[in-house]
Amino acid sequence: MEADRAVVDAMGNRWKAKTTLLPEAKLGDLVLVHAGFAISLVDEEEARKTWQLLAEISEFEQTPNKVSG
Amino acid sequence: MLDRINKAQKLIDAACEALGRQINIMEVCGTHTVSIFRNGIRSILPGSLKLLSGPGCPVCVTDQGYIDTILELADRRDCIIATYGDMIRVPGKGWSLETKRAKADVRIVLSSEDALQLARDNPGKTVVFIAVGFETTAPATAVVAEEAAAESIGNFCILSGHKLVVPAMRALLAGKNNKIDAFLCPGHVSVIIGYGAFGEIVEDFGRPCVVAGFEAVQIIEGLAEIFRQLSSGRAELKSMYPAVVTEKGNAAAQRVIDECFEPADGYWRGLGQIEKSTLKLKDEYARFDAFKRFDITEAPAEEERGCRCGQVLCGLIEPPECALFGQTCTPQDPVGPCMVSSEGACAAWFKYGREPRRKP
Repeated sequence: MEADRAVVDAMGNRWKAKTTLLPEAKLGDLVLVHAGFAISLVDEEEARKTWQLLAEISEFEQTPNKVSG
Repeated sequence: MLDRINKAQKLIDAACEALGRQINIMEVCGTHTVSIFRNGIRSILPGSLKLLSGPGCPVCVTDQGYIDTILELADRRDCIIATYGDMIRVPGKGWSLETKRAKADVRIVLSSEDALQLARDNPGKTVVFIAVGFETTAPATAVVAEEAAAESIGNFCILSGHKLVVPAMRALLAGKNNKIDAFLCPGHVSVIIGYGAFGEIVEDFGRPCVVAGFEAVQIIEGLAEIFRQLSSGRAELKSMYPAVVTEKGNAAAQRVIDECFEPADGYWRGLGQIEKSTLKLKDEYARFDAFKRFDITEAPAEEERGCRCGQVLCGLIEPPECALFGQTCTPQDPVGPCMVSSEGACAAWFKYGREPRRKP
């Protein structure tokens, strides 16, 4: 982090985002980024639930249960 | 997760049957529209529940007059047009920014900051930033307006097409033909304005307003909450997206919007002119206002011939009811903006098709 910008990491992809709209952001915080600007802190517990759901969906999609024919 | 979906689905089924009529719920967010289609949510909902895609896609709601203005500015040799990617394929008068690109200087930017940087890097040209979007992107524009002022960057200006969601919802409900029973409110707009901002819709119009996240389960649970209210005759304000949405929203973002912009009457595709529904730069920022710099008068313009995007945006018709849909209007060769934008209702219908619906 420096002045009004920070490096953000989304599942391994990294890029710069502005923190002007989220002055309270600290190093290590989870943030929501829209059009290059961090606009909100993300509640870790809630985010963890979403990631768990995404992992479940991905797991489900990888199981050989598709109807073919 | 499946148990959460099943539970919500059962509640929706039971409530829909008990209500015994068609229920129309409008989502006012392009990202919701896309998620609903991509996840096949319509296919597990009862046939008597209709999901309407409202004016939630920023490119789609932009009036044709604004599009024509951009295309005129693109003809100027002394300008660089800086735009978010969604805008470049929107047609107007037989052209789009994409087809003008051979002669015009059009740059796609991922943020307003990139547009301002273009101005710093190209002092010999005027960079016109095509600022569209709702309250989610307006603060990003305001930040660069302040930066441009602080650095006295003279070759940067903003063509503000920013719009406000709540006035559009009010305009829809004031329309006599509206069939809207409830709103699934936008997630990221709510991050900025706070879910409390939708309170006036609940109070003045008695429609449930529920803010939802973008995952399939969050959308279905949002719909279930709406049915919980409808079936007991209540209309309430509720946020189902607590991870990022608070009642009051992002104060810093609201402050910077207020510092740079003021609400003004403005034109929307399909909805016409709506009082205090758009954001114009304040007089202090007049030198960065592209409308003033190029002496442009905002005026509405006719949609492309036969295009019914306006009615789609108001939830009056579904995309396949438009005669152009899938015929002369496709994502490869779009006639109207709802087919251009990845968040547009027509593009979603075209890409994901007419899903089989369960019996009513």
